[in-house]
Amino acid sequence: MMDVGPFEILISALLVIGGVFALVGSWGLARMPSLMTRLHGPTKVTTLGVGSLLVASMIFFPAIQGTYSAHELLITLFLFLTAPISANMIAKAHLHRQGRHIDPNPMDDIAEGLPDTGLGTGWATFQGLDTDQLNIPR
Amino acid sequence: MIGIAVLFAISCVGLAMTMNLWRLARGPTTADRILALDTLTINAIALIVLMQIQQGSAVYFEAALLLAMVGFVGTVAYCKFLLRGDIVE
Repeated sequence: MMDVGPFEILISALLVIGGVFALVGSWGLARMPSLMTRLHGPTKVTTLGVGSLLVASMIFFPAIQGTYSAHELLITLFLFLTAPISANMIAKAHLHRQGRHIDPNPMDDIAEGLPDTGLGTGWATFQGLDTDQLNIPR
Repeated sequence: MIGIAVLFAISCVGLAMTMNLWRLARGPTTADRILALDTLTINAIALIVLMQIQQGSAVYFEAALLLAMVGFVGTVAYCKFLLRGDIVE
Protein backbone atom coordinates (compact mmCIF):
# COMPACT_ATOMS: atom_id res chain seq x y z
CA MET A 1 0.00 0.00 0.00
CA MET A 2 1.58 3.22 -1.12
CA ASP A 3 1.35 6.44 0.79
CA VAL A 4 -1.71 8.36 -0.39
CA GLY A 5 -2.49 11.84 0.88
CA PRO A 6 -5.98 13.29 1.36
CA PHE A 7 -5.57 15.60 -1.62
CA GLU A 8 -4.83 12.68 -3.93
CA ILE A 9 -7.98 10.85 -2.83
CA LEU A 10 -10.05 14.01 -3.29
CA ILE A 11 -8.59 14.75 -6.74
CA SER A 12 -9.03 11.14 -7.89
CA ALA A 13 -12.64 11.05 -6.70
CA LEU A 14 -13.41 14.32 -8.50
CA LEU A 15 -11.75 13.04 -11.68
CA VAL A 16 -13.75 9.78 -11.66
CA ILE A 17 -17.02 11.63 -10.92
CA GLY A 18 -16.34 14.12 -13.71
CA GLY A 19 -15.51 11.40 -16.24
CA VAL A 20 -18.65 9.40 -15.39
CA PHE A 21 -20.82 12.53 -15.60
CA ALA A 22 -19.40 13.45 -19.03
CA LEU A 23 -20.03 9.90 -20.23
CA VAL A 24 -23.62 9.81 -18.93
CA GLY A 25 -24.41 13.20 -20.49
CA SER A 26 -23.23 12.08 -23.91
CA TRP A 27 -25.02 8.76 -23.48
CA GLY A 28 -28.22 10.73 -22.93
CA LEU A 29 -27.50 12.69 -26.10
CA ALA A 30 -27.10 9.47 -28.07
CA ARG A 31 -30.00 7.57 -26.53
CA MET A 32 -32.90 9.95 -25.81
CA PRO A 33 -35.83 9.84 -28.29
CA SER A 34 -36.36 13.52 -29.24
CA LEU A 35 -34.45 16.78 -29.22
CA MET A 36 -36.27 18.31 -26.26
CA THR A 37 -35.25 15.32 -24.12
CA ARG A 38 -31.78 15.16 -25.65
CA LEU A 39 -31.12 18.74 -24.54
CA HIS A 40 -31.12 17.66 -20.88
CA GLY A 41 -28.07 15.40 -21.03
CA PRO A 42 -25.38 17.65 -22.52
CA THR A 43 -26.52 20.95 -21.05
CA LYS A 44 -26.81 19.83 -17.43
CA VAL A 45 -24.90 16.60 -16.88
CA THR A 46 -21.90 17.23 -19.16
CA THR A 47 -21.48 20.79 -17.87
CA LEU A 48 -21.49 19.49 -14.29
CA GLY A 49 -18.95 16.80 -15.22
CA VAL A 50 -16.60 19.33 -16.81
CA GLY A 51 -17.06 21.52 -13.73
CA SER A 52 -15.99 18.59 -11.55
CA LEU A 53 -12.88 18.01 -13.71
CA LEU A 54 -12.03 21.72 -13.47
CA VAL A 55 -12.39 21.64 -9.67
CA ALA A 56 -10.02 18.65 -9.63
CA SER A 57 -7.54 20.68 -11.72
CA MET A 58 -8.00 23.66 -9.39
CA ILE A 59 -6.99 21.49 -6.42
CA PHE A 60 -4.29 19.55 -8.29
CA PHE A 61 -2.09 22.45 -9.43
CA PRO A 62 -1.67 24.28 -6.06
CA ALA A 63 -1.63 21.12 -3.90
CA ILE A 64 0.55 18.73 -5.95
CA GLN A 65 2.42 20.93 -8.45
CA GLY A 66 2.80 24.02 -6.29
CA THR A 67 1.72 26.38 -9.07
CA TYR A 68 -1.42 28.46 -9.27
CA SER A 69 -3.47 29.81 -12.18
CA ALA A 70 -6.91 31.39 -12.35
CA HIS A 71 -7.71 29.94 -15.76
CA GLU A 72 -9.84 27.09 -14.39
CA LEU A 73 -12.04 29.59 -12.59
CA LEU A 74 -12.49 31.55 -15.82
CA ILE A 75 -13.36 28.42 -17.82
CA THR A 76 -15.84 27.24 -15.15
CA LEU A 77 -17.49 30.64 -14.97
CA PHE A 78 -17.74 30.92 -18.75
CA LEU A 79 -19.09 27.38 -19.25
CA PHE A 80 -21.69 27.71 -16.50
CA LEU A 81 -22.81 31.08 -17.88
CA THR A 82 -23.05 30.00 -21.52
CA ALA A 83 -24.50 26.46 -21.26
CA PRO A 84 -28.09 27.61 -20.44
CA ILE A 85 -27.96 30.30 -23.13
CA SER A 86 -26.89 27.90 -25.88
CA ALA A 87 -29.51 25.34 -24.73
CA ASN A 88 -32.17 28.05 -24.89
CA MET A 89 -31.04 29.06 -28.38
CA ILE A 90 -31.11 25.44 -29.63
CA ALA A 91 -34.60 24.90 -28.17
CA LYS A 92 -35.80 28.14 -29.79
CA ALA A 93 -34.44 27.14 -33.19
CA HIS A 94 -36.03 23.70 -32.85
CA LEU A 95 -39.45 25.17 -31.89
CA HIS A 96 -39.22 27.61 -34.78
CA ARG A 97 -38.62 24.79 -37.26
CA GLN A 98 -41.40 22.69 -35.72
CA GLY A 99 -43.80 25.61 -36.20
CA ARG A 100 -42.77 25.73 -39.84
CA HIS A 101 -43.33 21.95 -40.15
CA ILE A 102 -39.66 21.30 -40.85
CA ASP A 103 -38.42 17.86 -39.67
CA PRO A 104 -41.17 17.03 -37.15
CA ASN A 105 -40.49 14.23 -34.65
CA PRO A 106 -43.50 12.23 -33.33
CA MET A 107 -41.75 11.81 -29.97
CA ASP A 108 -42.01 15.57 -29.37
CA ASP A 109 -45.86 15.40 -29.37
CA ILE A 110 -45.94 18.51 -31.56
CA ALA A 111 -45.57 16.84 -34.95
CA GLU A 112 -48.73 18.54 -36.30
CA GLY A 113 -47.39 22.00 -35.43
CA LEU A 114 -47.14 24.12 -32.31
CA PRO A 115 -50.29 24.27 -30.10
CA ASP A 116 -52.28 27.45 -29.46
CA THR A 117 -50.66 29.69 -26.85
CA GLY A 118 -54.06 30.53 -25.27
CA LEU A 119 -53.13 34.22 -24.94
CA GLY A 120 -54.63 35.59 -28.13
CA THR A 121 -51.17 36.26 -29.55
CA GLY A 122 -49.04 33.85 -31.53
CA TRP A 123 -45.71 32.31 -30.63
CA ALA A 124 -43.04 34.91 -29.98
CA THR A 125 -40.64 33.23 -32.38
CA PHE A 126 -42.91 34.19 -35.31
CA GLN A 127 -43.49 37.79 -34.21
CA GLY A 128 -41.02 39.09 -36.78
CA LEU A 129 -43.21 37.65 -39.55
CA ASP A 130 -45.09 40.90 -40.24
CA THR A 131 -41.97 42.88 -41.04
CA ASP A 132 -40.82 40.04 -43.29
CA GLN A 133 -44.08 40.21 -45.25
CA LEU A 134 -43.79 43.99 -45.64
CA ASN A 135 -40.55 43.47 -47.58
CA ILE A 136 -38.60 45.93 -45.45
CA PRO A 137 -35.05 45.95 -46.88
CA ARG A 138 -32.33 44.98 -44.43
CA MET B 1 -3.66 6.90 -7.89
CA ILE B 2 -4.23 10.19 -9.72
CA GLY B 3 -2.70 8.61 -12.84
CA ILE B 4 -5.24 5.78 -12.85
CA ALA B 5 -8.13 8.21 -12.24
CA VAL B 6 -6.92 10.44 -15.08
CA LEU B 7 -6.71 7.47 -17.44
CA PHE B 8 -10.24 6.39 -16.46
CA ALA B 9 -11.59 9.91 -17.01
CA ILE B 10 -9.79 10.21 -20.38
CA SER B 11 -11.34 6.96 -21.61
CA CYS B 12 -14.79 8.08 -20.38
CA VAL B 13 -14.49 11.41 -22.20
CA GLY B 14 -13.18 9.67 -25.33
CA LEU B 15 -16.16 7.31 -25.34
CA ALA B 16 -18.46 10.31 -24.80
CA MET B 17 -16.92 12.08 -27.81
CA THR B 18 -17.48 8.97 -29.93
CA MET B 19 -21.17 9.01 -29.01
CA ASN B 20 -21.34 12.73 -29.82
CA LEU B 21 -19.83 12.01 -33.25
CA TRP B 22 -22.45 9.31 -33.79
CA ARG B 23 -25.24 11.78 -32.99
CA LEU B 24 -23.55 14.39 -35.22
CA ALA B 25 -23.49 11.99 -38.16
CA ARG B 26 -26.96 10.55 -37.60
CA GLY B 27 -28.93 13.73 -36.91
CA PRO B 28 -31.86 13.47 -37.63
CA THR B 29 -32.64 17.20 -37.30
CA THR B 30 -30.31 20.17 -37.73
CA ALA B 31 -30.76 21.23 -34.10
CA ASP B 32 -29.52 17.75 -33.07
CA ARG B 33 -26.33 18.33 -35.00
CA ILE B 34 -25.81 21.76 -33.41
CA LEU B 35 -26.30 20.21 -29.97
CA ALA B 36 -23.83 17.42 -30.80
CA LEU B 37 -21.20 19.97 -31.92
CA ASP B 38 -21.71 22.00 -28.73
CA THR B 39 -21.26 18.89 -26.58
CA LEU B 40 -18.20 17.89 -28.61
CA THR B 41 -16.60 21.27 -27.79
CA ILE B 42 -17.34 20.90 -24.06
CA ASN B 43 -15.86 17.38 -24.10
CA ALA B 44 -12.77 18.70 -25.91
CA ILE B 45 -12.30 21.23 -23.08
CA ALA B 46 -12.55 18.35 -20.59
CA LEU B 47 -9.94 16.40 -22.57
CA ILE B 48 -7.53 19.38 -22.54
CA VAL B 49 -7.94 19.79 -18.76
CA LEU B 50 -7.29 16.06 -18.24
CA MET B 51 -4.20 16.19 -20.47
CA GLN B 52 -2.80 19.01 -18.36
CA ILE B 53 -3.35 17.09 -15.13
CA GLN B 54 -1.61 14.08 -16.69
CA GLN B 55 1.39 16.08 -17.89
CA GLY B 56 1.50 18.40 -14.87
CA SER B 57 1.82 21.50 -17.04
CA ALA B 58 -0.50 24.50 -17.19
CA VAL B 59 0.36 25.58 -20.73
CA TYR B 60 -2.86 24.76 -22.57
CA PHE B 61 -5.42 26.55 -20.39
CA GLU B 62 -5.61 29.41 -22.89
CA ALA B 63 -6.57 26.87 -25.55
CA ALA B 64 -9.37 25.51 -23.35
CA LEU B 65 -10.61 29.02 -22.62
CA LEU B 66 -10.58 29.95 -26.32
CA LEU B 67 -12.39 26.71 -27.17
CA ALA B 68 -15.12 27.52 -24.63
CA MET B 69 -15.62 30.99 -26.12
CA VAL B 70 -15.51 29.95 -29.78
CA GLY B 71 -17.82 26.99 -29.13
CA PHE B 72 -20.43 29.22 -27.53
CA VAL B 73 -20.24 31.83 -30.29
CA GLY B 74 -20.47 29.10 -32.93
CA THR B 75 -23.54 27.51 -31.34
CA VAL B 76 -25.31 30.87 -31.07
CA ALA B 77 -24.41 31.70 -34.69
CA TYR B 78 -25.80 28.37 -35.96
CA CYS B 79 -29.04 28.85 -33.99
CA LYS B 80 -29.35 32.45 -35.14
CA PHE B 81 -28.97 31.32 -38.72
CA LEU B 82 -31.73 28.71 -38.28
CA LEU B 83 -34.01 31.23 -36.58
CA ARG B 84 -33.60 34.25 -38.84
CA GLY B 85 -31.83 33.05 -41.99
CA ASP B 86 -29.12 35.58 -41.17
CA ILE B 87 -26.46 35.88 -38.47
CA VAL B 88 -25.89 39.63 -38.15
CA GLU B 89 -29.03 41.50 -39.12
